[in-house]
Amino acid sequence: MTWNPGADVVEVTRGPQQAGGAGGFYRAFGETLRGLKTTLGELASPVTTVQYPEEKIPVYPRFRGRHRLHVFEDSGLEKCVGCSLCAAACPADCIRVVAAENTPENRVSAGERYAAVYEINMSRCIFCGYCEIACPFDAITMGNDYELSDYNRSDLIFTKEMLLAEPLERAPLRAMGE
Amino acid sequence: MNAPLAVVGYYEPWWMMIIKSLVVFAIGLQLVPIVLMMERKILGRFQNRYGPNRVGPFGAMTPLADIIKLLSKEEFHPRTSIGWLFTLAPILSIVSAIAALALVPFGNVQDIFGTPTGLYGIDVSIGPLYVFAFGAIAFYGVMLGGWSSGSKYSFLGSMRAAAQLISYEVAQGMALVGVVITAQTLSLTEIVEAQAGMWYVVPQFVGFLIFMVASFAETNRPPFDLVEADAELVGGYMTEYGGGRFALYYFAEYLNVIVVSGLATTMFLGGWMLPFGIDAPGWVDPFVVIAKILIFVVFFIWVRATLPRLRYDQLMSFGWKVLLPLSTLNVLATAIIVVVTD
Repeated sequence: MTWNPGADVVEVTRGPQQAGGAGGFYRAFGETLRGLKTTLGELASPVTTVQYPEEKIPVYPRFRGRHRLHVFEDSGLEKCVGCSLCAAACPADCIRVVAAENTPENRVSAGERYAAVYEINMSRCIFCGYCEIACPFDAITMGNDYELSDYNRSDLIFTKEMLLAEPLERAPLRAMGE
Repeated sequence: MNAPLAVVGYYEPWWMMIIKSLVVFAIGLQLVPIVLMMERKILGRFQNRYGPNRVGPFGAMTPLADIIKLLSKEEFHPRTSIGWLFTLAPILSIVSAIAALALVPFGNVQDIFGTPTGLYGIDVSIGPLYVFAFGAIAFYGVMLGGWSSGSKYSFLGSMRAAAQLISYEVAQGMALVGVVITAQTLSLTEIVEAQAGMWYVVPQFVGFLIFMVASFAETNRPPFDLVEADAELVGGYMTEYGGGRFALYYFAEYLNVIVVSGLATTMFLGGWMLPFGIDAPGWVDPFVVIAKILIFVVFFIWVRATLPRLRYDQLMSFGWKVLLPLSTLNVLATAIIVVVTD
């Protein structure tokens, strides 16, 4: 006894039946010519390739690239006070901060303490930007640079000096409204 | 006394034959990198990209880099392969392709160093038959290569090649019969001369279309590249090949495209003749032929950029059920017209 599918059967809707035989052959020939015309149009249209190392697509202002550490422009003191909130917020656990006391002879930051060691392991960083959010003094921000590849892992540990310095090759930034 | 297999239409002193064969060989092999580069650049433009442009100006040295890379690689040999056949197969492929190139006429008889010289490898009285004979030998290159590799993908590829090439060679040959009937000669130079009034692409248009479609299948070009079908067969019969042997297969493939284009030029586009009855000096002839060959090559690339690969049963039924009856009808109609008007 055959199984009765009942009301669950869905009617298959098919497109209009195309002509077979000689008519179908004629249609296939015409469709081939139409395809050839389409590709010829693509031949005339401009190339969309970006020649990457020579030309770069500018990044958006909120692009999360390599971190930067900042200093006060007037006094030249570091904004970072070594509070380690960024390291606590980091989900990839790639930031290492060792704080030290500021003394009148050796004044590095504006606060009570400063970061004696500030390292970011770029091979672990996931570029989530939580460090930027956690920072109470806007001392660390995400920059625009994304060309971070290197030949060995130890070179990817960025020290405080590297993060404070201007990047050597800057990624182009998109202007407003671009 | 045995009868000769073919009457040679015109021949020169032996030293001229040697020079000529060297020149034809050199030109033929120079065309291959040009066609390779054209393919990659033009296909890139069809897909809105540049194509290779890093090696040399505009990437012009890319084929050279490719060849150096391939020739400096290891001549790898799978353990399951049959040694001497594995080595022989690509050689068969390229030898037959180069031998077929000898037939393509690049110009009429010219006066060089006081010796009348035909600007072609050889002019025999069985022109198209010679080409098809070497085309048939080229099958052995493909089939032996696939079979002796001892790999299932190579084997599947060569089985497909056998079925496809044989079924399309029939239609291709039949398409040329119409031209031969109209020109009433099998010599390729005489066929070109018979087109002085009108190129055969006009009266033999159906034959031309069938010949072109069958040529795509013969040279394993898309949309009939089931033999190589990267998506399902890895690389077809040449899966196990690498280094110099792969280079031979690759060269043979592109040389076949050039030979088929040259044959189409000779048979349908009036060989070395310029359109509208323009009478050019003799030294222009080879350039005219090469230009026409390159136009055909561009068409091959254009079709490759357009059409997707056919399914295998579609390919076979198209060959046997559409092309073969159509070409037979074409031959019949041509024969009747020639007899009635004669």
